[in-house]
Amino acid sequence: MNYETIVGLEVHVELSTKTKIFCGCSTEFSKEPNSHCCPICLGMPGTIPLMNKSVVEYATKAGLALNCQIAEFSRFDRKKYFYPDLPKGYQISQYYIPLARNGYVEIDSNGKKKRIGIRIMHMEEDAGKLVHEEGSSYSLVDLDRAGVPLIEIVSEPDMRSGEEAWQYLNNLKTILQYIEVSDCKIEEGSMRCDINISLRPEGSNEFGTKVEVKNLGSFRAVKRAIEYEEKRQREILESGGSIVQETRRWDEDRGITIFMRGKVDNRYSPEPNLAPVIMRKDWKDEISARIPELPGAKKERFIKEYGLPEYDASIITASKVLSNFYEECVKHYHDPKVVSNWLMVELLSILNETGQGIEDLKFTPKQFCDMLAMIDKGTISGKIAKDVFREMFATGKSPEAIVEEKGLVQISDEAELESIAKRVMEANPKSVEDYKNGKKKALGFLVGQVMKETKGKANPQMINAIFSRLLDQ
Amino acid sequence: MLELDKLTIHKAHELLSKKEITSEELTKALLKRIEEMDGKIKAYVTLNSEEALERSSEIDKKGDFTEDLSGIPVAVKDNICTKDLRTTCASKMLENFVPPYDATVIKKLKEKNALILGKTNLDEFDMGSSTESSYFFTSKNPWNLERVPGGSSSAAAVAADLAIYSLDSDTGGAVRQSAAYCGVVGLKPTYGRVSRFGLAGNAGSMDTIGPITKDVKDCAIVLNAISGMDLFDPSSSDTIVPDYLESLKTNLQNVKIGIPKEFLGDAVNKDIKNAILNAAKTFEDMGFICEETSLPNVEYALWVHYVIASAEASSEMCQYDGVRFGHRAQHYENLKDLYKKSRGEGFGLEVKKRTILGTYLLDLEGNDKYLVKAYKLRTLIKQDFEKAFEKYDFLITPTTPTVAFKIGEAKDSLNVNDMCTVPVNLAGLPAISIPCGFAEGLPIGLQIIGKAFDEAGILQVAYAFERNTDYHKKLIAWKEA
Repeated sequence: MNYETIVGLEVHVELSTKTKIFCGCSTEFSKEPNSHCCPICLGMPGTIPLMNKSVVEYATKAGLALNCQIAEFSRFDRKKYFYPDLPKGYQISQYYIPLARNGYVEIDSNGKKKRIGIRIMHMEEDAGKLVHEEGSSYSLVDLDRAGVPLIEIVSEPDMRSGEEAWQYLNNLKTILQYIEVSDCKIEEGSMRCDINISLRPEGSNEFGTKVEVKNLGSFRAVKRAIEYEEKRQREILESGGSIVQETRRWDEDRGITIFMRGKVDNRYSPEPNLAPVIMRKDWKDEISARIPELPGAKKERFIKEYGLPEYDASIITASKVLSNFYEECVKHYHDPKVVSNWLMVELLSILNETGQGIEDLKFTPKQFCDMLAMIDKGTISGKIAKDVFREMFATGKSPEAIVEEKGLVQISDEAELESIAKRVMEANPKSVEDYKNGKKKALGFLVGQVMKETKGKANPQMINAIFSRLLDQ
Repeated sequence: MLELDKLTIHKAHELLSKKEITSEELTKALLKRIEEMDGKIKAYVTLNSEEALERSSEIDKKGDFTEDLSGIPVAVKDNICTKDLRTTCASKMLENFVPPYDATVIKKLKEKNALILGKTNLDEFDMGSSTESSYFFTSKNPWNLERVPGGSSSAAAVAADLAIYSLDSDTGGAVRQSAAYCGVVGLKPTYGRVSRFGLAGNAGSMDTIGPITKDVKDCAIVLNAISGMDLFDPSSSDTIVPDYLESLKTNLQNVKIGIPKEFLGDAVNKDIKNAILNAAKTFEDMGFICEETSLPNVEYALWVHYVIASAEASSEMCQYDGVRFGHRAQHYENLKDLYKKSRGEGFGLEVKKRTILGTYLLDLEGNDKYLVKAYKLRTLIKQDFEKAFEKYDFLITPTTPTVAFKIGEAKDSLNVNDMCTVPVNLAGLPAISIPCGFAEGLPIGLQIIGKAFDEAGILQVAYAFERNTDYHKKLIAWKEA
């Protein structure tokens, strides 16, 4: 029998507000454990949570960007469970009446657009973390993260493969980064994802028993875990077994999921200390007006406006900063495709190597375009330009200054090149002989010798032409 | 001879201002009285003697007594957090808990140069009406040591001159009921009038903080000091705070008082019923109109309150897990065991009962069967009050259906003695209890309920009653006889 995979994702995203959701403590990364805490986020007796208005604004912005309906009236509840990183014995979350519902994120599924539904998006507080010291019989509790604002985004079970889940996560991340509500760094924990996955016989309309998978440290891990679970569940079903509703943990090293715990019932009750969140239309409109052009729309525009291939447009618009940098560049340079080639190949690879972000770039789009213009004018060769580019990246100096300092100006003087060519021919009579006997490859060797002598500065078109002329005489 | 411990706030203030007495003398007199009497009454869980004396001499040195409360010691219920002073909620769980912060009301009192004399007893986490569930001991009623003092011992402290006044909390009636049982004045403000920040309460939607005092004037003085919007309590209201002491000067006219018949039924002791009817006569003699009225849904109030309070308490108790503060079991096998034992050892029977009940109520089944219904009934009860207040300015009822009961007498968590006070908490309204008679040699309390945020009105009516009766004076005479 063929099975269809049904995947829904629960994504937690840390909002990048300056202070925590219910107190004035900083959300910044702390050097000392438990240094960003107060009686409120420590859950001490008699303390009362105080709603941070920015959190409502950030969350509403996210809800709107994810095409959700924003509730005019939403409320907080207590989700109860005991764990040492959870100060109050309950997490303040929105269960009964969440802030946002019925949204979607678009992905590409086999070349077609597909909408992945978002069932709900709500606000809640983060927990702290446990620190396990190796060899010790205890754990330490750090509550600096307790009370950092989160949004939880619960998708509909609309994904059918690990690939679709991977795309959904990427697009979700890009959208949230565009609207600047979170940095969405899954490796650093500011974006977290749990999987709900089940299988059903192809053609069936009913859902099978779902399994939850936690502890996913990267988008790639999400994809792998889905593929692993697909296989595991299929094997159980095919051998006549049935799936048990449970929570499993992804083991990255072994590439498998492991039983973690059975089904749990969290008891929810209304949070009596927080007033409901009333989102008036004018406030919502005000927040909505602050949402910039989103990645999907920007990609379409780049294809139309700059004639970019879809592939280029998706890569450039996958990052807001990159797409902004790109748009600055095309203001200063006539060929958008040349710009996208350079950014996609040279810039992204050097960023990858160094681990830096575009926001750290030391040179300006204008300087970058000046460099492109120098290639066009023949001042430097394309090959030399790559070195100039790396130097710009490292120092932030202007391309002119670099070329000047390092004497990288291309030699385009006909007479000078011809005399070098002649010297090379004299020094390599064997190659000249080979060429004349029909071994056309010998030309490459001769050109290489010229490049070696000029340290790569010889104008390659000109030197080729000169050799052709001299050798074919 | 001037007995300093018997002073009211306003009298003490007058003497302090005139420099006829010092704050230190006043504090010493109270500490001496406590030393002599508290062994019998057992009102205090923790005394703050050294710090209070130190503060009093500092205040004397400065000599600034412009604030009404300046240099006057206050007793504070032990579920209101006091910085650097142990706050136990009368529970083993918090036996050694020293808050690093002040409740907003304490901050306000300190700003007015009040000094904290000590922390008074209550039922464990305020669950009960007698202090019998306190982890430490049961406090006694100064009128009869075999009787309970109510859910807060601070009323007993004020009545027995172990404190000039107190700050107390009221979730189902503790302020008013204790004041009634001990023959003093207790005011529960409108929900939102006084900040709850720092009150380790058990039912966030009903908890309020209010004063217990020797007379109505004192009550107005304390309410002036503690009322108002607080950034740290989102449920606090920005409704304008009038000068309650000033408002006592107003002459009341055309006052219409309703007497809900549901509070004068068979459950109410005959002497108490008569005392309330006498009080109505007193009001009529003053030219007020008194009429019987009805609040048809208050008969459900006890159950509704019990269900909602238990549900809220069960989640409020979650924060006591033995991890960050509070009692932690010494021996445990693993994390689950740590929680089980710490909470098992740290909480007493009543807290466990309500936590278990509340947990069930928050579960799907309990929620559907009881909690949802309780919330609906709460709305109906609120509407009953709203309707009554369309016609009447105030409602009067007994504060309690009987006088203070005997220690060990009440075995049921659902205490019928709360029947007149809990509806007011459910509706979030203000109410005061003032002495209005005696039965079995014990004081009777008259409850005056007002419209939301009409504390000024309640105080005016209470003040008028106090000036036209002598229960207040009798009280002192009887006690010392």
